[in-house]
Amino acid sequence: MRPQSFIILLVIFSLILTFSSLFIGSVPISFQTVWASLTNSHGGSRIITELRLPRTLAAFATGALLAQAGALMQVLVRNPLADPYILGVSGGAATAVLIGMLLGLSSTFGLTGLAFVGALVAMFLVFVLAHQKGTWTATRLLLTGVVVAAGWGAAISLILTLSPANNLHGMLFWLMGDLSYSYSVSFAFFALIVGLILSMLLASQLNILIRGDKLAATLGINLKQLHIKIYILASLLTAAAVVQAGSIGFVGFIVPHLIRLTGLTDHRFLLPAATLGGGILVLVADTVARTMIAPQQLPVGIITALIGIPLFLYLLQRDAKQ
Amino acid sequence: MSLLSCRDLNVKIAKTQVCSDLNLSINAGQNWAILGMNGCGKTTLLHTLAGLLPALSGDISLSERPLYNLPRKEIAQQLGLLLQHQEDHFPGSVLESVLIGRHPHLKSWQWESEDDHKMALDALVLVGLTDFSTRSILTLSGGERQRVALATLLVQQTSIRLLDEPVNHLDIHHQHDVMKLLTSKNNIANVFVLHDVNLAARYCDHALLIFGDGRTVKGTCDEVLTEKNLSTLYQHPLKDIIHDGQRWFIAS
Repeated sequence: MRPQSFIILLVIFSLILTFSSLFIGSVPISFQTVWASLTNSHGGSRIITELRLPRTLAAFATGALLAQAGALMQVLVRNPLADPYILGVSGGAATAVLIGMLLGLSSTFGLTGLAFVGALVAMFLVFVLAHQKGTWTATRLLLTGVVVAAGWGAAISLILTLSPANNLHGMLFWLMGDLSYSYSVSFAFFALIVGLILSMLLASQLNILIRGDKLAATLGINLKQLHIKIYILASLLTAAAVVQAGSIGFVGFIVPHLIRLTGLTDHRFLLPAATLGGGILVLVADTVARTMIAPQQLPVGIITALIGIPLFLYLLQRDAKQ
Repeated sequence: MSLLSCRDLNVKIAKTQVCSDLNLSINAGQNWAILGMNGCGKTTLLHTLAGLLPALSGDISLSERPLYNLPRKEIAQQLGLLLQHQEDHFPGSVLESVLIGRHPHLKSWQWESEDDHKMALDALVLVGLTDFSTRSILTLSGGERQRVALATLLVQQTSIRLLDEPVNHLDIHHQHDVMKLLTSKNNIANVFVLHDVNLAARYCDHALLIFGDGRTVKGTCDEVLTEKNLSTLYQHPLKDIIHDGQRWFIAS
């Protein structure tokens, strides 16, 4: 299949899934009602406009942000095992949010703001620590990021230990990824579209960077500038996803791989395909998470793992046989 | 006009003085061989000449312009470097790997044209990888991967090429194919790092010997490649034999 057709297919898939997820939920809603709600005409339902539509869009945007950030982060640290959280952006956000919850803050707006501040602090910290003396190798960045992320992990465990029992449930949900509190869908889509445009401008350089720093330099790339651009872009995309839904695992790591395993390795196709693929995966996972044992909801991160891991292993097996 | 030159160049890596006050002028049509023992700094010197590493002191000029003032992209349009090792952490097709060689000649938003694709496919034919364009680079043998890297260098279309052990991993047939291919153009200058003195004597016209203590000897191959120089260089006695009008060196 040509890469262009594959991407168009993903766009069509995304639209169909977005639309169908509006029908899925504890209250059955007719086609006419959904249509009326979407076109904002008489007879619409507030379940659609205030609950299902924002949640569906938030799920799609979060997954798309994560997969795009993951694809960038894997190139940045030159390691296909990297995920968007590997440099501690989500750890910083989580620490800030949990401290907020521990102090009794409950407004979604306040927690979202804290998450963003935490993500920026984490991002800045790793940048400064890894960037001493102008040399910035992928290994040094990766090691710095992983160690700082481990520090955030310890901080999170400490907060969980100190928290009163009635706070724990909300905290754990946030840590495992949860879309029921997502606040700023329009912000997420804004970040997504701006991010995609900026990463597409870097895409042809990414194709070269994956073949090594030295080769990239001999082919005319300003390494330092490119590294900084990718770092900032990937971190901000991750931060935008984390404030939306906490840490949803596997999406950012698995989706770029799934796309590569289908044979799409040119980043000018890989980035948009991964963006759409990430959106689709989280959208499906969230629909399952909110309906499987309704009215109980599951953290969406568990479902992305349940869908993502077997799919990934299957494609990996198939790839090895070829 | 010299394509690449250096004046009073001092290069040092760790405790090894690679060269002291080296003056070189590499002109179009010349083929230089850099010879020396393992660890004497051949690769370091090549990377310094490509502007990837800073020199201790001295000036390097690319087409008579100071190298350190040029943006990387402009350097890449004139100077190509074949690296000793290829990094392949990510999958990709052979054609994609060759096409990245066109990057210095494209605007940042520009896609490769039909001509670029044709150039890449032609380069693959030249290095003997005719039907490899859709193969994954992760499935290639060492010698095939090396020739993909060469094809990438060819499509970069630079007037000066620095090649770090270009015949590494190649069988005898491909070694000679590649050396012939690279030295056949008279408007291009090549600088080869080689371990095979006989390839140097056969395909190069100039040589630079690096002794590892800062001393260097340079000149035409006829002047420089002698039993005495090479025996000192490799700390191992070498003999030369003339056969069919061509000099051959054998280790005794």
